[in-house]
Amino acid sequence: MTPAIEITGLKKRFGSLQALSGIDLTIERGEFFGLLGPNGAGKSTLINLLAGLLRPDHGFLRILGHDVVRQYRSARLSLGVVPQEIVYDPFFTVRETLLIQSGYYGLRRNHHWINTLLERLDLTDKADVNMRALSGGMKRRVLVAQALVHRPEVIVLDEPTAGVDVELRQTLWAFIQSLNSQGHTIVLTTHYLEEAQEFCQRIAMLKQGQIVALDTTKSLLASFEHRELKVTLNSFELPDALRPMLRQSIGATHILDLPSLAGLEEILAIIRQSGALIEDLSLSEPDLEDIFVSIMNEQVLE
Amino acid sequence: MTGFLTLLYKELLRFWKVSFQTVLAPVLTALLYLLIFSYVLSRRVEVYPGVSYTAFLIPGLVMMSMLQNAFANSSSSLIQSKVTGNIVFVLLPPLSAGEFFGAYLVASIVRGFSVGLGVLLVAQFYASTPPIHIIWALLFGFFGCGILGCLGIIAGIWAEKFDQLAAFQNFIVVPLSFLSGVFYSIHALPPFWREMSHFNPFFYMIDGFRYGFFGLSDVAPQLSLIIVAASFAGLSALTIGLIHRGYKLRG
Ligand SMILES: Nc1ncnc2c1ncn2[C@@H]1O[C@H](COP(=O)(O)OP(=O)(O)OP(=O)(O)O)[C@@H](O)[C@H]1O
Ligand SMILES: [Mg+2]
Repeated sequence: MTPAIEITGLKKRFGSLQALSGIDLTIERGEFFGLLGPNGAGKSTLINLLAGLLRPDHGFLRILGHDVVRQYRSARLSLGVVPQEIVYDPFFTVRETLLIQSGYYGLRRNHHWINTLLERLDLTDKADVNMRALSGGMKRRVLVAQALVHRPEVIVLDEPTAGVDVELRQTLWAFIQSLNSQGHTIVLTTHYLEEAQEFCQRIAMLKQGQIVALDTTKSLLASFEHRELKVTLNSFELPDALRPMLRQSIGATHILDLPSLAGLEEILAIIRQSGALIEDLSLSEPDLEDIFVSIMNEQVLE
Repeated sequence: MTGFLTLLYKELLRFWKVSFQTVLAPVLTALLYLLIFSYVLSRRVEVYPGVSYTAFLIPGLVMMSMLQNAFANSSSSLIQSKVTGNIVFVLLPPLSAGEFFGAYLVASIVRGFSVGLGVLLVAQFYASTPPIHIIWALLFGFFGCGILGCLGIIAGIWAEKFDQLAAFQNFIVVPLSFLSGVFYSIHALPPFWREMSHFNPFFYMIDGFRYGFFGLSDVAPQLSLIIVAASFAGLSALTIGLIHRGYKLRG
């Protein structure tokens, strides 16, 4: 089966700034994919190239096998993009905006789906309100609806939850997940790493226009050995041999830095030998944020 | 086709929703010109035998208003969309360069004709000027608005800020339309300026349009029509090419 997105040898520069320097990336159909990276890493540039809003200097981008420049019609029909910036046309109401957007995709009778979108995005009571009169979060929901009017197979969301309240964030994710379970491919960027960790099956980390990590969320988490051990002893004294690992002590509770799980046995042995008793013990789960920070820092050192 | 029709509908709605500024205001401006110039000059100038100066002035003013508004429509719509960023809504869908071009062009022509018709109707209170060759008048109106619609699209795509667009308008469109024989016949000009006028494409639009009203013109209407139609074809090809390449729209 042709992949949802296929990117080969992609380069893009703005004047003297190399925004993307050689991206190769394949995203399969039905994936829930996360594109992470610090500000200015090139995430939006990559998305804009996919959307045909920018033209590549080198390389190709294909959506469901259609080249985004040469076969732009089929490529754009299969793609829905929620842009990062909130933009709207102040001349129209929410419903007019969605009807017009449908028309651009050649859809004349789209009322049924538009009503569904309004409902799922909690916009039904705003349907006939002018775009100007909506709050920022509501405008973003309209942007999401606009990206979906033509039921694209591939959906790309550039920071869809920036500036959106908790309740809507949940509604939005529930909706996106249901689309994913119906077979839509989802690509998303976000700075909320918990969101990426929770929803994305696979993640690419981008830094200064290059992919510096690309793996399933599971393997990324598993590959990260660094843990924190929180141990409460029956005495206030920590054995001297453990001092170098100590990060913080609160009374009898000590937080130790554990470079890898393999070191755990040794620590426990030292405590046992010292004669102290363990009253409580917990090991931190690695989260995506730790991995993100370590990968981004690694690259700086090189 | 639906894509084109939708974009056209959106563009028409855009100016129609604010028709007070986009249609009524320019009609009023043209009437002020008519009032002042015809009052000041009507006793001194007779351009064509048997045609009063006021009557002579009306088709020129109608055409000038049509041209300026055709330009304003496409250029201001594009620059607004670019500055506010909502241009992405028409760049993301699978609209072809031809559909994109056609929609902005037709909207410009419709705006031009709406204003032109308004000016013409109200001007009838001053002097009756029924066009005697209405087909010629319509042809020149169409090509004239088409040319300015193209120029508006080009300017709207090229300009990054409102003041760049204003410069295009104030330094190119307005002077060319004023110096095209709206207020006078070029035969009244000194020889040098008469020659120069022949290089002004706006002159042929206005002269040909006026022929449609009086059957009288400074140059043969067939020649004007060829020049105007060829300019329109050339500019259309250029504009579609720019849109197709994504010039300044898809960086
Ligand atoms: N149109 C443009 N002209 C010039 N430079 C640009 C343009 N668009 C992006 N850049 C530059 O390219 C780099 C990548 O920008 P991009 O918007 O892709 O980053 P990003 O990963 O989306 O960041 P963020 O998380 O802040 O959204 C940045 O250094 C940015 O300044
Ligand atoms: Mg971005």
